[in-house]
Amino acid sequence: MNFWVQIFANPELYAATLAMATPIALAAVGGTFSERTGVVNIAMEGIMLVGAFFGVMVAAATHSAWLGMFGGVIAGGLMALALAWPAIRLQSDQVIVGMALNVFAGGLTAFLLNTVYGYNGTPTSTPSLPIVTLPWISHIPFIGQVIGQHDVVVYLMFLFVILAHFTLFHTNLGLRMRAVGEHPEAAETVGISVVKIRYLGVTIGGMLSGLAGVYLSLGMLSSFEVNMTNGRGFIALAAMIFGKWTPFGAFGAALLFGFATALSIALQGSGVSANLVGILPYALTIIALTGLIGRSRPPAADGLPYVATK
Amino acid sequence: MPLYAVLTGLILGGVIMAIAKYNPFAAYAALFSGAFGSPTAIGNTLAGAVPLILAGLGIAVAFRTGLFNIGAEGQYWVGAMAAVWVGYHFPTMPWIVHVPLALGAAMLAGGIWGGVIPGLAKAFVGAHEVITTMMMSYIAILIAHFMVENGPMMAPGYVPQSPTVAASATLPPILPTVFLNSNLSDAFFIAVAAIVVVHIVLFHTTLGYKLRAVGFNARAARYAGMNVPLYTVLALGVSGVLAGLAGGVQLLGVDFQLTDTFQSGYGYTAIVVALLARNNPIGIFFASVFFAALSAGSQIMQINAGVSANMTDVITGIIIFFVATDRLYGYWSQKMRPHRPSSTAAIISGKGESPQ
Repeated sequence: MNFWVQIFANPELYAATLAMATPIALAAVGGTFSERTGVVNIAMEGIMLVGAFFGVMVAAATHSAWLGMFGGVIAGGLMALALAWPAIRLQSDQVIVGMALNVFAGGLTAFLLNTVYGYNGTPTSTPSLPIVTLPWISHIPFIGQVIGQHDVVVYLMFLFVILAHFTLFHTNLGLRMRAVGEHPEAAETVGISVVKIRYLGVTIGGMLSGLAGVYLSLGMLSSFEVNMTNGRGFIALAAMIFGKWTPFGAFGAALLFGFATALSIALQGSGVSANLVGILPYALTIIALTGLIGRSRPPAADGLPYVATK
Repeated sequence: MPLYAVLTGLILGGVIMAIAKYNPFAAYAALFSGAFGSPTAIGNTLAGAVPLILAGLGIAVAFRTGLFNIGAEGQYWVGAMAAVWVGYHFPTMPWIVHVPLALGAAMLAGGIWGGVIPGLAKAFVGAHEVITTMMMSYIAILIAHFMVENGPMMAPGYVPQSPTVAASATLPPILPTVFLNSNLSDAFFIAVAAIVVVHIVLFHTTLGYKLRAVGFNARAARYAGMNVPLYTVLALGVSGVLAGLAGGVQLLGVDFQLTDTFQSGYGYTAIVVALLARNNPIGIFFASVFFAALSAGSQIMQINAGVSANMTDVITGIIIFFVATDRLYGYWSQKMRPHRPSSTAAIISGKGESPQ
C-alpha cells in the first residue's frame, strides 16, 4: 500500500506524464485536423519520424535548435502533401497510402542516418530545444513540480491544443473544415473548395506531427535514432479516436497514454510488471471504441474520396 | 499494374541510391546474389517467405471481406506463444500428435485474437477493425514480453527467453543436404497447402462467395439475406488463424524458442504482400518471395555494396505508394487533354481548375 502511495504521490510521475503525452497530443491534434476535413491519416508515425530526422539534420547544420524545429515542421508538412495529393486528387485508398508513407519514412530516415552520418549517429554537437521554467508557477508546491519546468514544446503543445479547438469550433475556417469532412457535396454547393480545405487540413496535420517528431529528437534528446517514434504515431491515432476527433479529447487521451507510459517507467525494477501496466491504454482504447464510454463517431466523409459532380 | 509498381519502386530506389553516390547496379546485383546466389540463400529466401505467405493470406481473406486486419503482427505473436507453450510442455508426445497440436493451438490463439474481440466489436458495435486489431496487436506483444521477462514462460536462469521446444514438436528441414544450413523447413509445404485451401475456399465454395459478397457490398449482401455480422467475425477470425499459424510454423521450424525481441515485422510486411498481390492467393506466393528476397538480400547489399539495408524499406514504401495510386496514369493522361470543362462548383468558388 505504502509503495503505491509513494508512486502516486510523486510529482515527477505527473511531470513525466505531461512529457510523454506531448508528442502524442501534438500528432493526435494534427490527425484531428486531417480527419475533420475528411482525409484518414494513419501516416502520423512516418511523418513524425521525418520531422524528427530533418529537425536534427537542420539543427546540426545550422547549430540552431529553433531552425531545426522549423525544418522538422516543414518536412512534416511536405510529407503530409505526399498523402494529401493522392488522397485528394487521385482518390487513392488513404489507408494504403498512409501505410506506404510509414514504411517509406522508416526506411528513408534510417537510410539517411546511415548515409549522411555513418555509424556514429547524428553529431553530438547538435543543440536541443531549451527547457522553460515558468516564473511564478514553478514555485507552487507540487503543481509547480508538475507543470513548472518543461521543454518549450510542451508549452507549445498546450498552445496548439487550445488554438486547434478555437479554430475548429469557433472560426469560419473551422466550420468549413468540419463541413467538408461531414458532407463535401453540400460544402461544395455553398462555395467551399473541398480540395483546398482538405489540402489545408492534411498539411496542418502534417506540420503538427512534424513538431511532435521534433520534440522527440530535439526536445527529449538532441539526436535521431532509427525508428525513435516507436509506435507513438499509431498511439496518436488511437488518441484521436478516443478523443472523438476533438482537440481537447485528443489531449485528454494523450494524457492517459502518457500516464500509462510514465507509470510503467516508474514501476521499473519494482516487481510490478511494466509490460502489464503498458497494456492499460490499449485495452482502454478498445473499451472506448466498443461504446462502453460512449460511442465515438468519425466525421461522416472521413476516408471517402471526393469527386466533384460536374 | 502491381508489376509496374514494383518496377517504379526499384527504379526510384536506384535513383535515390545514385543521388547518395552509390552504384545502384552493384547494389541490386548484391541484393540478388544475397537472395538467390546459392542454395542456402534460396532456402533462406523461401523460408522467409513462409510466414509472409500465411499472414498475407490471412490479411487477403479479411480484405476480400472488406476488412483491414492491421494486427497480424500481434496475431503472429500469440500464435508463436501458443505453439511454443505446447511445444515445450509435452516432451514425450509423438511427433505426429505434437506438431499438429502445437500448430492447432497457434491457429486457435490467432483466431481468438483476431476474430473474437475485433470481430465481435466490428460486427455488433461497428468499432473500426483498423484500430481494434492494432490495439490487440500491441497488447499481444506486451503479453509476449511479460511471458519471458520474469513471466510464466521464462526459462530457468536470467536470460529473458522461453525454454526450447521439444524435438517432437519441430518441423524438420527440407533437403538439408541441398539447402545447406538454411532455415527452410516443412513449414514451406504448410504455406503452399494454405494457398491452395484459401484459393479453393474463396473462389470455389459458397462460404467464399458470401465472404466476397460482404466485402463487395455489405448492404447488398444484407438485403440478399446474408448474415453480415457472422461473416465479419468469420473473416477476421480466419485472418487471425492464418497469422497465428504463421507464428506457429516460424517457431517450430526456425526459432524454436521465444526470445526478447518481439519485432518480427512479418505481420506488417504481410499487409504489403496482400496489397501487392491484389489479395490473390497465388499472387501472394510471388509477392512473399519478392519481399523475402528483398529482406534476405538487403544484408548482403549492405556488406558488399555498402548501401544501408534500410534502402529496401524505402523501395517497399514506394511500391505500396504506387500500388495505391494506380490512378496516376489516368490522371496524367487527363491532364494532357487541352480543354477540360470546369465543374460548376469550381466556377462558383472562383477557380478555373476543376477538382479532378
